[in-house]
Amino acid sequence: MRELLLCPPDYYGIEYEINPWMSIAHGAEAEIAQKQWQQLHATLSKLDCKVHLIAPQPRLPDMVFTANAGLTVGRKFIPSNFRHKERAGEQPFFAKWMEQRGYQVHWLPENLYFEGEGDALFGGDVLFCGYKFRSDIQSHRRLAEMLGCLAISVELVDPRFYHLDTCFCPLPDGGAFWFQDAFDDYGQRAIREHVTDLIDVAPEEARHFSCNAVVIERDIVLPEGAPQLVKKLQERGYRCHELPMSEFIKAGGACKCLTMFMPQR
Amino acid sequence: MVSETIELRGHIIDSLILPKVLDQILTHGANFKIGEIKIGQKRADQSFARIEVSAETSDALDDLILRLRQHGAEVAERADAQLAPAPADGVFPPEFYVMTNQQTFVRVEGKEIEVRPTMMDTAIAVDRKSRAARAVKFFDVRKGDEIVVGHQGVRVVPVQRATSRTDVFQFINTIIDADEPKSAVIRELAEELRRAHKAKGKIAVVAGPAIVRTGAGQHLVRLIEAGYVDRLFAGNPFAGYDVERALFGTSLGISLDLAFARGGRENLMRAINAIREAGGIAAAVEKNVLTTGIIHACVHHDVDIVLTGSIRDEGLIPGATTDAIEGQRVLREKLADVTHALLLATIRHSLAVASMLAPTVKIVCVDIDASAVERVVEQQPLQSIGLVTDVEPFLRELADCLSQSNVGE
Repeated sequence: MRELLLCPPDYYGIEYEINPWMSIAHGAEAEIAQKQWQQLHATLSKLDCKVHLIAPQPRLPDMVFTANAGLTVGRKFIPSNFRHKERAGEQPFFAKWMEQRGYQVHWLPENLYFEGEGDALFGGDVLFCGYKFRSDIQSHRRLAEMLGCLAISVELVDPRFYHLDTCFCPLPDGGAFWFQDAFDDYGQRAIREHVTDLIDVAPEEARHFSCNAVVIERDIVLPEGAPQLVKKLQERGYRCHELPMSEFIKAGGACKCLTMFMPQR
Repeated sequence: MVSETIELRGHIIDSLILPKVLDQILTHGANFKIGEIKIGQKRADQSFARIEVSAETSDALDDLILRLRQHGAEVAERADAQLAPAPADGVFPPEFYVMTNQQTFVRVEGKEIEVRPTMMDTAIAVDRKSRAARAVKFFDVRKGDEIVVGHQGVRVVPVQRATSRTDVFQFINTIIDADEPKSAVIRELAEELRRAHKAKGKIAVVAGPAIVRTGAGQHLVRLIEAGYVDRLFAGNPFAGYDVERALFGTSLGISLDLAFARGGRENLMRAINAIREAGGIAAAVEKNVLTTGIIHACVHHDVDIVLTGSIRDEGLIPGATTDAIEGQRVLREKLADVTHALLLATIRHSLAVASMLAPTVKIVCVDIDASAVERVVEQQPLQSIGLVTDVEPFLRELADCLSQSNVGE
């Protein structure tokens, strides 16, 4: 059974702008956000997984996006070093919470930015890592050393898809779905080298954060608005759970950003 | 050309980071040389590459390195140069680094310092306080001076063949033999000198006595009058023959105007005596004792003259330096800003001057002896042209070409 970490959106809101999606002028509706998050929580809880909740903290509105807390592999938890000071305050809460639950906390050097599962996703035994907008490529080498795995670093080139989990989603059968224009040519080639079955996501569907999906074996929880992708996934035997995510997309996040695996692998 | 060494670590092969970095170096107009590469053997093994990146300017290099850092490139830490004190005046420490005339940098306390000036067959003295490094000859070094030993922390940047502009040096860089046509090359050289003159470059002429003896002096005078000579370096005999020619119309007694008219050496001695009596070259010009010739033209057109004596000189012109070390020092000082050097019909002075020139200086060597031309040209293989010819037709043609141009532009 997979274990997941979520954080209720009690203090969620658009209070600053650190990606192209965020606009203080077009803030999130708190009530709708609550409802959408509850739906996600309920959907995940019904699947074969156990959902843990961390207490939200005032003045840390993005703590709701637990995927960026860090990367958990086995009993190791590697906390994030957030690039933006607005989010740096989340780190001690997550690290303490994980430590209290018996995870060994392994710190990256302070000078290397790394934003957790947002930029580090396993596809089989390969750790795919995104860099440039939020994480530094140097952090990938450290992760690979800590975890003893192959880390494929790919450059993200579209600021709207600033984390790897906004444009790439590995599947348990060795495939993945992705929005390829979010990567430079070398990144695209490196992914093609290591992923056998790549499902292209159309630009209009990628804009709905369709790649930001939580995959629990054959179940895929993803934002609504990607009928073509859903069809392709269903053809491969996956069950798709489409959820409204409008209020979180306003902050540049959706289903996957709101979820951290404990552990991812 | 400036360079920096970068290092890449991690899964740089599987992630295609190595080819990406190399491609970026080339697309930014820079070059690379892979110094070391270690490829991981097992799937999770990381790889390593050390790459020397070189660019035209340090700004371009900094900009490129900044971009490469995004992809994980780290600037390699370089070791400082090792220094040892000179054990005595005039003596370098054992294992001292022997410098060339190429642009050279030494790393001192983590920072690179350019050695100024560069000089062949010297050591490098470092002054930590003023963060300066200079080339020192044996006679320059004082006990306790800090001298670079070994090769660590020393970086030499060879002069690259010019690519930005097509000039005669880029295409020729060779020796034109006695039986090869020279007019086209001389025309190109004239163009180059014209450009140099316009760009406020400094042109030095190293002149051998054959210029006077072959009657080419008048052509050199034309170059001086047109402003194409900024410095004149010669031995004492050159000046002696020139004043003999000016005062008596002869060179070592041989008439330059009347065929087969031969006299003795006495004219030379009388000419030198006349200059000495006048109180030196400048005074002789001022007193109208010396009214024609190359030296006269130099005085009139404010051309710096450096005359050095040798052990065999018959009579010394006042002002000529007889101290060889002092002569070297003066030459170096006067050569510091020279951009073009015409080494004409004098093997000894040509070799001496060529060894003191910066590698960026463009050299033209003219001598009737092919082996002399070869010896000079091989000192500066990238930016030198040698012509095996009598100096008189060369200077005549060059002066003709330049007098057709808009002089003084």
